[in-house]
Amino acid sequence: MSAAVPAHDSAHHDDHAHAHPTGLTRWLFTTNHKDIGTLYLFFALAMFFLGGSMALAMRAELFQPGLQYLNPEFFNSLTTVHGLVMVFGAIMPAWVGFANWLIPMQIGAADMAFPRMNNWSFWLVVPAAILLVASFFVPGGAAASGWTLYPPLIIQQGISIDMTILAVHILGASSIMGSINIITTILNLRAPGMTLMKMPLFVWTWLITAYLLIAVMPVLAGAVTMLLTDRHFGTSFFNAAGGGDPTMFMHIFWFFGHPEVYIMILPAFGVVSAIIPAFARKPLFGYASMVYATASIALLSFIVWGHHMFTVGMPAAGNLFFMYATMLIAVPTGVKIFNWIATMWQGSMTFETPMLFSIGFLCLFTIGGFSGLVLAVVPVDITLHNTYYVVAHFHYVLVSGALFALFAGAYFWLPKFTGNMYNESLGKLHFWLSVIGFNIAFFPQHFLGLAGMPRRIPDYALQFAEWNMWSSIGAFVFGFSQLLFLYNVIECIRSNRKAADNPWEGADTLEWTHLPSPAPYHTFETAPVVK
Amino acid sequence: MGLDMLRKTFRYAALAAAALAMGATANAAYDVDILPPASPIAQQIYDLHWAIMWICVGIFVVVFGAMFYSVFKHRKAAGAKAAHFHENTTIEVIWTVIPFLILIGMAYPATKTVLEMKDASSPDLTVKVTAFQWAWEYDYLQDGVKFTARLSTPRAQIEEWGKKGQAKGADYLLEVDNPMVVPAGKKVRLLVTSNDVIHGWYVPQLGINQYGIPGFVKDAWFTADKPGVYRGQCSQICGKEHGYMPIVVVAKAPEEYAAWVKEQKAKMPAAQAPQQVAAAAPAAPAADPNKKWTAEELKAAGEKVFAANCAACHQATGKGMPPAFPALDGSKVVNGPKAAQLALVLNGKQGTAMASFARLSDSELASVVTYTRNAWGNKTGEAIQPAEVKAARK
Repeated sequence: MSAAVPAHDSAHHDDHAHAHPTGLTRWLFTTNHKDIGTLYLFFALAMFFLGGSMALAMRAELFQPGLQYLNPEFFNSLTTVHGLVMVFGAIMPAWVGFANWLIPMQIGAADMAFPRMNNWSFWLVVPAAILLVASFFVPGGAAASGWTLYPPLIIQQGISIDMTILAVHILGASSIMGSINIITTILNLRAPGMTLMKMPLFVWTWLITAYLLIAVMPVLAGAVTMLLTDRHFGTSFFNAAGGGDPTMFMHIFWFFGHPEVYIMILPAFGVVSAIIPAFARKPLFGYASMVYATASIALLSFIVWGHHMFTVGMPAAGNLFFMYATMLIAVPTGVKIFNWIATMWQGSMTFETPMLFSIGFLCLFTIGGFSGLVLAVVPVDITLHNTYYVVAHFHYVLVSGALFALFAGAYFWLPKFTGNMYNESLGKLHFWLSVIGFNIAFFPQHFLGLAGMPRRIPDYALQFAEWNMWSSIGAFVFGFSQLLFLYNVIECIRSNRKAADNPWEGADTLEWTHLPSPAPYHTFETAPVVK
Repeated sequence: MGLDMLRKTFRYAALAAAALAMGATANAAYDVDILPPASPIAQQIYDLHWAIMWICVGIFVVVFGAMFYSVFKHRKAAGAKAAHFHENTTIEVIWTVIPFLILIGMAYPATKTVLEMKDASSPDLTVKVTAFQWAWEYDYLQDGVKFTARLSTPRAQIEEWGKKGQAKGADYLLEVDNPMVVPAGKKVRLLVTSNDVIHGWYVPQLGINQYGIPGFVKDAWFTADKPGVYRGQCSQICGKEHGYMPIVVVAKAPEEYAAWVKEQKAKMPAAQAPQQVAAAAPAAPAADPNKKWTAEELKAAGEKVFAANCAACHQATGKGMPPAFPALDGSKVVNGPKAAQLALVLNGKQGTAMASFARLSDSELASVVTYTRNAWGNKTGEAIQPAEVKAARK
């Protein structure tokens, strides 16, 4: 792992004179933004494989009707923990990892504003993940209510729920600290001349994401605390018999849950906005409108939570309000898509792996956007709510959206992180296998949903058998092709293919123009001047 | 109509492509569409869905046509030189306003349907639907009929762990013992609620998907266009057997419906004696609480009640699925004082999946408790009478 970051004793002229720990203590006590970024990225990769194995276990069970491998209770635990691990363990930490590596370098800062807190943010995530995984091994098994943790179902289970709640609390604390750090860094440590409207879009999207996190993580913490007191301290927040209301949990959860979706996707917009101009060799078409569109999406995300609840029986006015607000999100999202395409238009494009993943993102995320529009329409949602159509929808936005952008970013910045070029052919192979596997796995799920197959079931009626079989085959292709990524990253770290300081013709942010590859342990101790 | 033709063409094209690309067999069910609508609302949903789909397909073709044109034309490998234009207010205003107008076009018809869906007034018939883990109870408020519907697919077709399962029937997992029966062409209002956790009453062809929320009653309505059988499933995860609580609605001509009501009513009083509980299960109103039953009668009836209500978790063998679902065979509670077991069955156990079974009749509870106390290795020799259950309820 230590090879991921250039060791301190490398011969770079701007290295610090003072020593820092090596070996295990280096990683335990590190306050360096690049070390912490690396920790986050490897942690996220590990969680990605863990969550992915759970998905494959489910797809194996769903390969054909009947129960072949799993019992239904364990299957429900897998759906739940797969969701929690992927959202809180893989996607979010991966974005924080990129933020740690890139934000200081892109704004010309020496490090994050609160390095010690940065260390603490990361090391909190680890015990939370351990709690989540360990909950499989306690009496009653892991949480089996879906990642939304709805009461009263969640009240029925045993100690694993308390572990899950504690894990969510810890992750929330970590996210809030990370966000404070990111906001403070961006607002206070920019190099002279780096005005807000000159910041790279990745920095902008993370600034807005960090505000979203600070706004909603405490809300989630409140919701799970109420679950905890309902379970153990005799309160009745969500228990009708005591004057509470289970629907209230849904409202609170989704007030967190919808912005959470944008927390996972906004940094992806930032990465794609960096990569497309670099490989089209042409500036981003509408920088300012991208910033405004990001901010509009973030604001709208606070008033659309009810679209997850069209089947609870809200009054017509409630359903209509949430339908209109949700449809409105298509406008700024459309602005982004149009902007990326206008950036490509009349460019001089090449298609290295980062660009391929970005174009894959563009096409498939848009399909996820369209199915989101279909689901926004209340009457259609009624027939598709909690079916596989929804499963297909959110995997198009989270896998071919957030995850593809993460891969694009990883291939794009690996040369800067490691100082070496990754293997381009393997990268392209990874891309094509991922795209093909992903679409075979998830496109048929639209059809399953349209035909009425509910989600979170271990077994299904016979008319769903064919598409489920294809979906499972696709899932295994997709899942196993991710081992190529793992290999590619390790191979890149160990290889001797030295990368140029700026291996991409069109990349023009500070980390490419002002820093060598690999980026030294300490960078921008003297702030650069941005013209 | 042109649009309809297009739709059909698209569907056939998609089907053909799927069949060709995947070497599908002739009988494979590669459905790619919403199920045929069977109520006016479902029809509107169907039409809305396709209208939006076509708009999306149109946008996709235009936007990604432009992108792929660019990908092929503006490649460095094809000798393209990068232009340097950026920012153009006119274009940016246009691509903000046009999507907005398209959205208004979508929202207008959707709004009309939402208002219609929400108008459950002046129904011809009202049925209270109570969900519980894991079955549905239907209470016909005007007609005085009440019964429970649960999965009728045999476990032997479902469970294949390490062995070959029984051949699966055509309606595998979509069949119940007592389907809900409604008159076709009449407005049926549902009052949906739940006894334990959140469930979802979902029948796609009738255009209904309504959560049942414990402690609250939500209404929804449908009118089945014509007689037929419409199947659905619970849509909200509700625990272990979530995948195994289907819904079957049989719409009959109004005369046939009236005959069905009569027949159901005639059946109901017969279900009072424990021996008959199972025969007419699950509708079982309170039996004569003062009558004494023999241990054998109770055990025989109890075995059936156990199979219907308890075996999903505690298993027919009484071994349960520990640790979530404890064994009853050799259990301390079952072999301990009967008052404690009765209290547990009546009230459920907070913090576990053990729900309250107070909704079962005194005779059903008496027989099932008697059965567990004398089945497998349990040999208490005790018989619990319905009167004891009645007393324990207070």
